[in-house]
Amino acid sequence: MNVTTRPTPGDPALLDSAAIRAEFPILGETVRGKPLVFLDSAASAMKPRAVIAAMTQTMETQYANVHRGLHWMSERTTEAYEGTRDAVARLINAPDRAEIVFTRNSTEAINLVAHSYGRGMLRPGQAVVISAMEHHSNIVPWQMLRDAHGIELRVAAITDAGELDLSALEALLADGRVGLVSITHMSNVLGSYTPAQRIAALAHAHGARVLFDGSQAVVHRRIDVQALDADFYAFTGHKLYGPTGIGVLWGRRELLEAMPPFLGGGDMISSVSYERSTWAAVPHKFEAGTPAIIEAIGLSAAVGFVERIGYAAIAAHEARLTDHALARLSAIEGVHVLGRAQDRGGVVSFTLDGAHAHDVATLLDRQGIAVRAGHHCAEPLMRRLGIDSTARASFGIYTTHAEIDTLAEALLRVREFFA
Amino acid sequence: MFEDLRDLYQDVILDHGRQPRHGARLAAYDVTAEGDNPMCGDRVRVFARHDADGRIGAAGFEARGCAISIASADLMAETVTGHTDDEVRALAGRFRDMAMTGAVPEDDVAMARLAPLAGVHEYPSRVKCATLAWHALLAALDGKGESGRDR
Repeated sequence: MNVTTRPTPGDPALLDSAAIRAEFPILGETVRGKPLVFLDSAASAMKPRAVIAAMTQTMETQYANVHRGLHWMSERTTEAYEGTRDAVARLINAPDRAEIVFTRNSTEAINLVAHSYGRGMLRPGQAVVISAMEHHSNIVPWQMLRDAHGIELRVAAITDAGELDLSALEALLADGRVGLVSITHMSNVLGSYTPAQRIAALAHAHGARVLFDGSQAVVHRRIDVQALDADFYAFTGHKLYGPTGIGVLWGRRELLEAMPPFLGGGDMISSVSYERSTWAAVPHKFEAGTPAIIEAIGLSAAVGFVERIGYAAIAAHEARLTDHALARLSAIEGVHVLGRAQDRGGVVSFTLDGAHAHDVATLLDRQGIAVRAGHHCAEPLMRRLGIDSTARASFGIYTTHAEIDTLAEALLRVREFFA
Repeated sequence: MFEDLRDLYQDVILDHGRQPRHGARLAAYDVTAEGDNPMCGDRVRVFARHDADGRIGAAGFEARGCAISIASADLMAETVTGHTDDEVRALAGRFRDMAMTGAVPEDDVAMARLAPLAGVHEYPSRVKCATLAWHALLAALDGKGESGRDR
């Protein structure tokens, strides 16, 4: 692969869009006879050749189960699988590779914390704080913890601009009963980033730990878990140009060591007898059963791909795209963009007067444009905003200005159709 | 541009989707139930009032949803009026078949009226939009929703 940023005078971080798009075979496909305009990366991103090749090569040349074989194939596969832990630790600046736990996705990572930290280390009567703009994956596990373990669930408000209300968060922390703050690092609906460093400082000042759901954020900007002073950080591979079935939970080693296991089974034990079993050291304590070996190796390739392009270039590219999208969409009469956060990433939700989001999505699909429509797994946020559903355009490193223009022009035709 | 979409968005659907005739709670009703589509968040609550002879005297609905789901609810309310519960169950079955296959049964006056919705069969993710109100009505008739009078 030979994807680099193209140094341009005055704009050193401009991506070479054509070269990047050439790395994604699927972008050459047509949909309903029209070139695919894929604006649904926040749901799941497309996969570059490097990822596809790494996974295929594993299956074709170097595959066996990990951590158990005394043979060449198993040893090589274990090296590749464990190499992903190093790659991910580097990506998010984790101080210790043993703090990287592989899960299926962000949802499982959050459930792991809700189970092992929530039931294992929080006491009934303590509280967990989430925000009013969480994905269902960062709501439901805490409701389950609340109902099973006597934990109070508190919700920090957002402002009308779609930003976390820090004073509301602080008020919820004031009584000192909060054990954990679990908040998105970037809203999958509004695109708003949350001020993670300030949230962590507030939480710690009130004796609470903090988990960030980085499912969206890690795609768009460099994550440094030490600089954020986070305690847990969760994300998923498939939004980061990697395969499905592999996610990451990073946690501080002392917390992971103190937490009881999540699932029981092979690979997570030190010794087993009928009387008792002892647990493997972290991270393996949390990785019961044969893991997603091929997917982990694919994730490693995805991390390498993103690092070769570099977050500086990615962030600059997406900031320009987002500005362009906000300008183009806001200029269309009848289109309403949700949220006006100061700090926002490449996700733009909108409504169109006189047309339901589903009808908008179906008409856009007819023009080869893929957007998401619905409640985006964030029903409570929809209620907060007073709407049922939105259409959402979301961007990746392969998204171009021309695609956003295509969307804007297509929306004019949709508006006409329903006028 | 959207000529091929006219199968899905026929004028009848756009018209009833925009201006439903029965899109209100009935002043008096004896059965009601809510249906929702968790995939998209669409919601519909249907109301029906039976006459003394056991036939549906009036039906109405409150809904938040797409053009397909609103139009389907509206056409359903029109279609089921004057029918017994068992007849409505049979209509619902025929409608679901039509929405799934696109085949409009011959000599079926009720389905002929609902035929504009048959186009959804080409859009698998939209079939549920068309059948949502029917599911809610069946739940109401089966007593699975609460009943009330101007609750």
